[in-house]
Amino acid sequence: MSDIAERVKKIVVDHLGVEESKVVENASFIDDLGADSLDTVELVMAFEEEFGVEIPDDAAEKILSVKDAIDFIKANAAA
Amino acid sequence: MFDLTGKSALVTGASGGIGASIARALHAQGAAVALSGTRVAPLEALAAELGERAFVVPGNLSEAAATEQLFKDAEAALGKIDILVNNAGLTRDQIGMRLKDEDWQSVIDVNLTAAFRLSRAAMRGMMKRRWGRIVNITSVVGVTGNPGQANYAASKAGLIGMSKSLAAELASRNITVNCVAPGFITTAMTDALNDEQKQKLLPAIPAGRMGQPDEIAAGVVYLASEEAAYVTGQTLHINGGMAMI
Ligand SMILES: NC(=O)c1ccc[n+]([C@@H]2O[C@H](COP(=O)([O-])OP(=O)(O)OC[C@H]3O[C@@H](n4cnc5c(N)ncnc54)[C@H](OP(=O)(O)O)[C@@H]3O)[C@@H](O)[C@H]2O)c1
Repeated sequence: MSDIAERVKKIVVDHLGVEESKVVENASFIDDLGADSLDTVELVMAFEEEFGVEIPDDAAEKILSVKDAIDFIKANAAA
Repeated sequence: MFDLTGKSALVTGASGGIGASIARALHAQGAAVALSGTRVAPLEALAAELGERAFVVPGNLSEAAATEQLFKDAEAALGKIDILVNNAGLTRDQIGMRLKDEDWQSVIDVNLTAAFRLSRAAMRGMMKRRWGRIVNITSVVGVTGNPGQANYAASKAGLIGMSKSLAAELASRNITVNCVAPGFITTAMTDALNDEQKQKLLPAIPAGRMGQPDEIAAGVVYLASEEAAYVTGQTLHINGGMAMI
């Protein structure tokens, strides 16, 4: 498991206050992890901060699951 | 009570009567303030009067890019924006049948759209810090309507609906969004009324007089304070009793 995936999952666990075991790659923030729409905005802000990337609104709207987030960051993060 | 030490506020329309008063009042409670408007001279004069903790961030709210830029300038000057007061506003009065598209649009752009743009920009940091106060200056006529002010009343009613929606979205993050609705207040905006108009107005105001800008500012200070944390989505009417709603 890559470092990026671990860091993404940690953010999700911390932010949504869910059990680590539930934060699997195909988990949807809203459907599986109980996030509301504001939580998803905050998750995106947290990813931006952690990985030093800018996630534009149209990309942010497509980040619906843990895997979406990991894929976006792998494709766009410098480090 | 109502101590704002350590808080930072952006006040639009601070070159005008009510906005200057709001900025003074927030500053007096300890807040740092960014003063916005298009006329730089009165903003500079106010900043000089306030001394420390006051910054000038001019910008034309009719334009999206300038609005976003002035927000960035304010954030750079203050470090963060905890309190946003959307106070800038203008009138282009005309009866509906003669109201031109451009006079409709310019009033909506500044009074409503710019307030939304600044609120959207401010929410991000407020969400991160889990603290925020947005106060929108609407008007009694946004609730009652007023002949000759279809554009203005629509913009002010729009602010109330916008505030309620954002209030519901943001309440769980300790961000409140409220409106203050002045009645008739002595400023440049109402200086435009002639004596005859004023004489007609006064009997409709139970208090028997026009209001003063600092009477509006006091309401803003309250809504911006820690003490008002449980007040959100509300409109505080400050109008000498002219409309009890
Ligand atoms: N006075 C009243 O009786 C009354 C009653 C109800 C509600 N209100 C509301 O209270 C607020 C303040 O009004 P006021 O009485 O203090 O009026 P004012 O003295 O005429 O001030 C209006 C302010 O809005 C700013 N503004 C206008 N167009 C702008 C633009 N395109 N870009 C940036 N800033 C702009 C002006 O800045 P510049 O001059 O620097 O451009 C000025 O600082 C307004 O929202 C008004 O609708 C007033």
